[in-house]
Amino acid sequence: MKYLDEYRDPVLAGKLVAEIHRITTRPWTLMEVCGGQTHTIVKQGIDEALPEGVRMIHGPGCPVCVTPLEQVDKALAIAARPDVIFTSYGDMLRVPGSTTDLLALKARGADVRIVYSPLDALKIAVANPDRQVVFFAVGFETTAPANAMAVAEAARRGIDNFSVLVSHVLVPPALVALLESPTNQVQSFLAAGHVCAVMGWTEYEPIAAKYRVPIVVTGFEPLDLLEGILMAIRQLEDGRHEVENQYVRAVRREGVPPAQKQIFEVFEVGARKWRGIGEIPASGYRLRGKYARFDAELRFSVGDIHTQEHPACIAGAILTGEKTPLDCTAYGTLCSPQRPLGAPMVSSEGTCAAFHSAGRGLAGLRTGSPAMPLLQIAPIPPARSAGTAEVSR
Amino acid sequence: MCLGIPGRIVEIRDDGGLLMGKVDFGGVRKDACLAYIPEAQLGDYVIIHVGFAISRVDEDEALKTLEILAAMGDLMQTELATMGPGMDAPAVVSDDGGPAGGVFAAPATGAPGGPA
Repeated sequence: MKYLDEYRDPVLAGKLVAEIHRITTRPWTLMEVCGGQTHTIVKQGIDEALPEGVRMIHGPGCPVCVTPLEQVDKALAIAARPDVIFTSYGDMLRVPGSTTDLLALKARGADVRIVYSPLDALKIAVANPDRQVVFFAVGFETTAPANAMAVAEAARRGIDNFSVLVSHVLVPPALVALLESPTNQVQSFLAAGHVCAVMGWTEYEPIAAKYRVPIVVTGFEPLDLLEGILMAIRQLEDGRHEVENQYVRAVRREGVPPAQKQIFEVFEVGARKWRGIGEIPASGYRLRGKYARFDAELRFSVGDIHTQEHPACIAGAILTGEKTPLDCTAYGTLCSPQRPLGAPMVSSEGTCAAFHSAGRGLAGLRTGSPAMPLLQIAPIPPARSAGTAEVSR
Repeated sequence: MCLGIPGRIVEIRDDGGLLMGKVDFGGVRKDACLAYIPEAQLGDYVIIHVGFAISRVDEDEALKTLEILAAMGDLMQTELATMGPGMDAPAVVSDDGGPAGGVFAAPATGAPGGPA
């Protein structure tokens, strides 16, 4: 497919890997923010092709994974009502709440439907005027324009049997929370390309300046990620800390202003809980007062549900990059994509699921054929390219 | 769910006041809302996320990125070729063929064994 295949070229990937080795003189720790990027990195073995000492920490950018347990429990309470058709992106259906998940609820007779787009949920509401149709509006800034449009359209067209359960999170406050943490090890971020496609990157400029961290807006294909890593390491080696854009074909500095306008028409910034991390101030969107009648929490009085996280799961430490799935005693044994304990195993974009589908750390645990990388990065003699860089100086 | 995929616009229409279209993803066609990219034309590539176009793909920039990547590789190959026997300098290669710890531990100027 155009604009995908060209960015998976193994020869170019090999050249990028060699260039990364050539310019790297010291150990560096980078974080890719988005779960989609994590998936490419782990599946293609990009992290394993990097110079020794260059470490990729997988960031919290999987919306399904950071949705707090209590929002899942609210969804379950609403979906269990006989008058409700509960609609959601597919990824949310297997996220465990405290007692069950949406998929199990559906098997027991609840009307839970997977939609590809929130506009599909709106269509279901129009087709079922005697039922309440609720959409689980989760996501980062990338998804916010779609979810905002669904609410605005419901208001414009008077679709009053539609409402949304909002669990929207924002990237920049999460980066600041990580940078403020005393255990933070991240020296540079690969920002999420599609979040920045919508929002632009002006919000990241003060973060890069204040915390002196290079931030590179990066795409999702193997070549995008390798080039993003190269640009980040180049900044680190040069002692620079700027916001740079690797994903120039899709991201402009100002983002997409009509989408931002729609977001802020419907939503306002407020505090949000993140699964395993806790509440971060001003880290999410909530409905503005003028759209409160589309708020499912108010309509179904579930605002009082508060629940604790599962004790065995280290999802929080995984989301902050403090630990990897390989540090988890439940990984691959108690917890698998078929029977997930925590959200990073549930979502295909989650770190644990990405590790599991690539067969990482499963050799001693189970048989089975891990997915083969799409792109076999040609083995570069890393020491030599790194070495020649030294020698040539 | 959070993935965005590039596709080509093959139809643009007004759907009850909402700018909609059909987008072709290598043969698979899906409806998408184009309201946020109103300047998009038939044949343009857009990135679709949960049924919404969230960015127009800049074809010139897309080509330029690939050209830079390709050219950068060539420059590197040229540079490697000019380094001659220095490439095999043993002091910076560990036994297993991986980078020697010292390469990363030592500052750039302090690496041993360089003929330069």
